[in-house]
Amino acid sequence: MRMPEPDAAVIGRKPAIVAALSAIVPGEGVIADEDALKPYECDGLSAYRQPPLAVVLPETADQVARLLKLCDSQGINVVPRGAGTSLSGGALPLADGVLLGLGKFNRILDIDYANRCVVAQPGVTNLAITQAVEEEGYYYAPDPSSQISCTIGGNVAENSGGVHCLKYGLTTNNLLGLEMVLMNGEVVRLGGKHLDAEGYDILGLVTGSEGLLGVITEVTVRILRRPPAARALLIGFSTNESAGQCVAKVIGAGIIPGGMEMMDRPAIHAAEDFCHPGYPLDVEALLIVELDGTQAEVAELIERVRAIAEATGAVSVRASESEAERQRFWAGRKAAFPAVGRISPDYYCMDGTIPRGRLAEVLARMQELSREHGLRVANVFHAGDGNLHPLILYDANVGGELEKAEEMGAAILKLCVEVGGVLTGEHGVGVEKRDLMGVMFNDTDLDHQQRVKCAFDPAGRLNPGKMFPILHRCAELGRVHVHRGRLPFPDLPRF
Amino acid sequence: MAETLRLANAEQVRQAVAWALAAGEPLEVVGGGSKPGLGRPVSARHRLDLGHLATIVSYEPEELVLTAGAGARLCDIHEALAARDQELAFEPPDLAPLLGGPPDAATIGGILACNLSGPRRIKAGAARDHFIGVKGVSGRGEAFKSGGRVVKNVTGYDMSKLLAGSHGTLAALTEVSVRVLPAAEATRTLLLLGLDDDAAVAALGRAARTPFEASGLAHLPAEVAALSSVPEVAAHRGAVTAIRLEGPRESVADRAQSLAREFSDLPSASLDREASRALWAEVRDAAPFAAWPDRVVWRLAVPPAAGAETVARIKAQVGCTALYDWAGGLIWLALDRGIEAAAESVRAGLGAPGGHALLVRARADVRRRVPVFQPQAPALAALSARIKDGFDPKRILNPGRMYEGV
Repeated sequence: MRMPEPDAAVIGRKPAIVAALSAIVPGEGVIADEDALKPYECDGLSAYRQPPLAVVLPETADQVARLLKLCDSQGINVVPRGAGTSLSGGALPLADGVLLGLGKFNRILDIDYANRCVVAQPGVTNLAITQAVEEEGYYYAPDPSSQISCTIGGNVAENSGGVHCLKYGLTTNNLLGLEMVLMNGEVVRLGGKHLDAEGYDILGLVTGSEGLLGVITEVTVRILRRPPAARALLIGFSTNESAGQCVAKVIGAGIIPGGMEMMDRPAIHAAEDFCHPGYPLDVEALLIVELDGTQAEVAELIERVRAIAEATGAVSVRASESEAERQRFWAGRKAAFPAVGRISPDYYCMDGTIPRGRLAEVLARMQELSREHGLRVANVFHAGDGNLHPLILYDANVGGELEKAEEMGAAILKLCVEVGGVLTGEHGVGVEKRDLMGVMFNDTDLDHQQRVKCAFDPAGRLNPGKMFPILHRCAELGRVHVHRGRLPFPDLPRF
Repeated sequence: MAETLRLANAEQVRQAVAWALAAGEPLEVVGGGSKPGLGRPVSARHRLDLGHLATIVSYEPEELVLTAGAGARLCDIHEALAARDQELAFEPPDLAPLLGGPPDAATIGGILACNLSGPRRIKAGAARDHFIGVKGVSGRGEAFKSGGRVVKNVTGYDMSKLLAGSHGTLAALTEVSVRVLPAAEATRTLLLLGLDDDAAVAALGRAARTPFEASGLAHLPAEVAALSSVPEVAAHRGAVTAIRLEGPRESVADRAQSLAREFSDLPSASLDREASRALWAEVRDAAPFAAWPDRVVWRLAVPPAAGAETVARIKAQVGCTALYDWAGGLIWLALDRGIEAAAESVRAGLGAPGGHALLVRARADVRRRVPVFQPQAPALAALSARIKDGFDPKRILNPGRMYEGV
């Protein structure tokens, strides 16, 4: 994985650049000292590290605007960063780039129950939004596993999901408005407390754009009433096939659970050893199916799903009888990553999506890949929406293992695309899957995407080296290729 | 007279746009032609007719996904989905009666290109939220794709969102994939009777703040309710405020009881299956306003709690009749007979709460003169124009449909 060649001339101008940044953000808002830059050298994808040229921590949108304008005019790259929890290297710094941290944008600005929305600064954590409204019985639906620390601005940049997005949607489906600063320093407001765009849906376009289009300075999200009841079923299967069939039958029966998660044998054992949630250990696959709604609805749906599970050959079915038990069912799933971290020195978390019906086949082929590469793999899986998280176990201290893990990861993602799925369901392309974009898209597809980038940031200063395998100049992309001036199908019916 | 190019497949669409690009001939992009006169008039000598890309390419009920040619008719899609107890959850409206288009002509590509959603938008999301994959031809005469056939996908920019609601100005859609969902087993509607607009929007907000998951929250003031074809609605001879519950049978019964208790302070009635369905179809299509073909119609999106006050501000300037959906967040406004557009009064009425107003139905000369889509701040307008430059630098596809020069 190669990043764009750093510009030695920019690095050489560091003192002047730091002075110019400090003129905009005075005091401790600019970090330039090498030791102090160290904590910013990576995000959640810690295999890649690169200290930035400098870190700047603005506090106002006006400062962000002036910073971007400065960097744009002086040819300096900028990498935006929220809490740095990206698993795809979205916030990986550049040696010649300024890292723009939004951690000081940490205030909730408006809680509007009448319009059922919250306006927050981008550095507010995902969980803090729910905490701010839960006393009134509300919550913010998308709940990525990192919700304690990940920020709402980062969620917008990555279009984050979570275990409840089958029923309640991703960030993009829960977002109402944004304030965003463009690379040229212009501030635009998108959406608000109303629904839908008046013109192009730039709000939708920016969501999941991985910090390549603008820097978010304010976010408006909708909040939902917490359902009065939620219960979960813990269902064990002796084969992955029957677990996959159960998932298909639940959906086929018209039931959209609040969450539907699956774990394979290695993941079940790792989780049980780690936090003892009481998972059955004599099964190959475990489903957690959560039903939410009113008491009557949940009671009814629990019985319907139980019947489907039993008819699909489940070897164990348990329904949570208390809130504590429901939480315990989830505890193992939510701790799956650290649990796997305990059985292996390192693990590499993948994030492909597949059509649900291909699950058993994909898991079988993943086992083959595991044997071929000589690396173990544990699977946790957002079964409801086909989003796989294979965890490839490796030891970075063993020469060549990281490379082998990356190779196997790429093979898994290619497999996902081959069966009709995609490279990334919720973690983003970043640097990690950048060079695999060609597996899903041809050059024409990617050129159309890069021209979107050109509309926002023609010089390509914002987060370069992420998402696109090859960077084209906007002037080159903008050229119009006219092939011929004759209508090529004279026999076409014309009226 | 415009010449219509009827395309049979995506390759022909690409060739037609490439020809238009070379010849410098703008194209008016048309699906089923069910929404004539929506948007600014496009001056083009040729129409690009996508209505024959009408195949349902694949439908996998257990994957909750359907892929179809952009010209696939919505009525065919509804039928295929209903056979498996599924539906397009965003409840696409049929604006043909309102806009004078032919019946049963609306296409999936057309509804996505306009990002039109019905009453369930408040619970299930908009058309754009269900639009997961796309193939199309940009104004560069190049075929491209984005997204896929799975819901959870963050691979590259979400171009489906950008193309949804772009009214054919960025690309001619050739094939689309949409998320589908199980249709509700049961539905029931609670009617609150005789509320004025303020009280009604307050009641709708109150319902939205309960945990009973209403999937429709609408208000028909007396003169609109009187136009309803649902006898149970028209018979009340007054305003009707409607709250819809959908879901598993037991759950609907249970929530309906709780909701009735919540509103036991107000006179109420309830609608059963067929009557409920008919009422929500009317709300979805703004059908009462189809009865007044000579009146100008606006569609406003506002913060829901500001619905009634927005209408009051507009009424102080210009005579009009309102129909509220989305808990007050969507307002259909029919201006009194003889008023041309009153764009400034309508948009001034949005006031501090904000939102936007679309001129849905007006004479072509009026739509040429008056900003049909909400005018944007300069930086945002310039950004939109640059996005257009990327897809359609020579202004071949529906030029000026949304904004002049875009």
